[in-house]
Amino acid sequence: MAVTTQEKKYASAHPDEKAGFSKKIMNLSGQGLVYIILIVGAVLFTAPWVWMISASFQPRGDMFNWPPTWWPEHFTLKNYQNFLDAAGIARWFLNSAIIAFSVVGLQVFFNSLAAYTFAKRNFPGRDAIFIFMLGTLMIPGVVFLIPNYIILQHIPLFGGNNILGQGGHGWLDSLIGLILPSAVSVWGIFFFRQYMKSIPDEMIDAARIDGASEFRIYWQIALPLSGPALAFNAISTFTWNWNDFFWPFLVISNPQLRTVQLGLALYVVKNRTAWDQVMAGSVLATLPVLLIFLIFQKYFIRGISLTGMK
Amino acid sequence: MAISTLEKPKRGKEPINWRYTFRQMRKQWSAYLFLSPWFIIFAIFTLFSVGFSFYLSFREWNILEPAKPFVGLDNYIRLFQDAQFYQSLRNTLLFTGFGVPLGMASALLVALLLNTKVHGQSLFRTLYYIPVITPLVVSAVIWKWMYQGDYGLINYYLLKLGLIHEKLLWLADPNLAMPALIVMGVWMGTGGTMVMYLAGLQAIPEELYDAAKVDGANGFQRMMYVTIPLLAPTTFYVLITSIIFSFQSFAHIYIMTNGGPLGRTTVIGYYMYQTGFRHFEMGYASAIAYILFAIIFVLTMLQMKFVKGDVQY
Repeated sequence: MAVTTQEKKYASAHPDEKAGFSKKIMNLSGQGLVYIILIVGAVLFTAPWVWMISASFQPRGDMFNWPPTWWPEHFTLKNYQNFLDAAGIARWFLNSAIIAFSVVGLQVFFNSLAAYTFAKRNFPGRDAIFIFMLGTLMIPGVVFLIPNYIILQHIPLFGGNNILGQGGHGWLDSLIGLILPSAVSVWGIFFFRQYMKSIPDEMIDAARIDGASEFRIYWQIALPLSGPALAFNAISTFTWNWNDFFWPFLVISNPQLRTVQLGLALYVVKNRTAWDQVMAGSVLATLPVLLIFLIFQKYFIRGISLTGMK
Repeated sequence: MAISTLEKPKRGKEPINWRYTFRQMRKQWSAYLFLSPWFIIFAIFTLFSVGFSFYLSFREWNILEPAKPFVGLDNYIRLFQDAQFYQSLRNTLLFTGFGVPLGMASALLVALLLNTKVHGQSLFRTLYYIPVITPLVVSAVIWKWMYQGDYGLINYYLLKLGLIHEKLLWLADPNLAMPALIVMGVWMGTGGTMVMYLAGLQAIPEELYDAAKVDGANGFQRMMYVTIPLLAPTTFYVLITSIIFSFQSFAHIYIMTNGGPLGRTTVIGYYMYQTGFRHFEMGYASAIAYILFAIIFVLTMLQMKFVKGDVQY
């Protein structure tokens, strides 16, 4: 099926080869089939999503209709109002925004700085450190869950801890405990480095001869030339941190510090029947990442393709 | 070529010039400074963390008390006698064994169809990709609603199509909960795999198709003898990364079924979470994490071994 259009091209490119009537029909129906499968698939993949949006604008009674109503009959914004009126919800969004933007800022800066060093500087131990760093990528994330929880608990001099890290809760139950462990990423460094490798050495050397400091070369030459890598790192980090549920779930217990995802999940548990408000909340929790994805899609898809290609 | 092969052993024999190395290190001191923010965080939350976890896996510790007695291999021995661990392993294998091939097949199909230069390619790609960026909690909320017994969308449409004859309690039925989660997993994962397949497809040179056409291969033959073999590296990469990812997933299972009914959806990651953060058996939970690590390590090694013998074209 993948080759139907190529087949067509071939037929037109070689008019002497007889592209018979039946073959044309075959191509047309083949193409029709391609569209039908794609459209049916797209409908199935987007249906849960469309239904969430539609339900968020329906009064609770209508949500339970059988057959389901896909187009709100009694359009209402009350679900959103009720959801936002519940205590502390604006705070969830603020917390999520603080976390996501801080992590993006720190990661883009630290990752690119390390990547520039690995890509464009020559110093003893460079390759060994780099290979060692890549080696740690094969450690699965779940291995870090327990130790990092305990490490956060014992950060000295924070959250009531003494200098030995005893006595208090450390960085548990704090936003910094959600931000700092993710402030650098090996994947991010790797990705940036691959990109910075393609910057011509002559450019960097010329700047060095002109007496520019290494930091200035990084800041004024290497970083500005790594736009797409920067965009991909920023977008994927933002999405990941905005969407993350489990780490906040483990670390945060103060209701004031809940993130959007954690707040929503606990809201579902607490208000088992308030599906109308939950749907409105779900739409709101998705909106920021959806907007960012739609705006920067190009970088996103390209970045993923590149990581996949290795 | 000849020069480099001659030079190599010579350089290897040369002893490391420590004075030169130290001078270089001093000259390039700022390189280490540039790496330090990364290295400090990496040292604490990756290196120390992994070592600490390993240390804990030989200890018994309930996190509330400071005492962590050394128990040798007890935690690992206990694992092999733990029926719940075996059940979680079986559940993980089911989840992965069905979920990964299904997800890959649907992603490959969509990618192949999109690669025929259809109109609206980027629109389709976006639509299939949306589940990937949807927050996990939101996906879980929607699917929980759709799987509801009395008024869920899934029951409604399956009844209407005549595929089922009575309303099913998808998430509460011990035999249906896992299949329900697998379907949801396919929905969540297809988009990401599709993008990788599209990249793989676009990397296949057009000349190969032209050559196959000159040789008289029809569309089906071109697919079987050009597209599929040349996609093999992508397929392998996707397969291993999907398995690794699938082995670790449990957050959506936590929200959807809480590991139930009857522990039928308790996957290994979830079991580890339960042992560590519900029963406060940090040592035992670390041993579970390390077994998972071992499995994933073997898979990664396999991947590296095979991907090195990359298909060249």
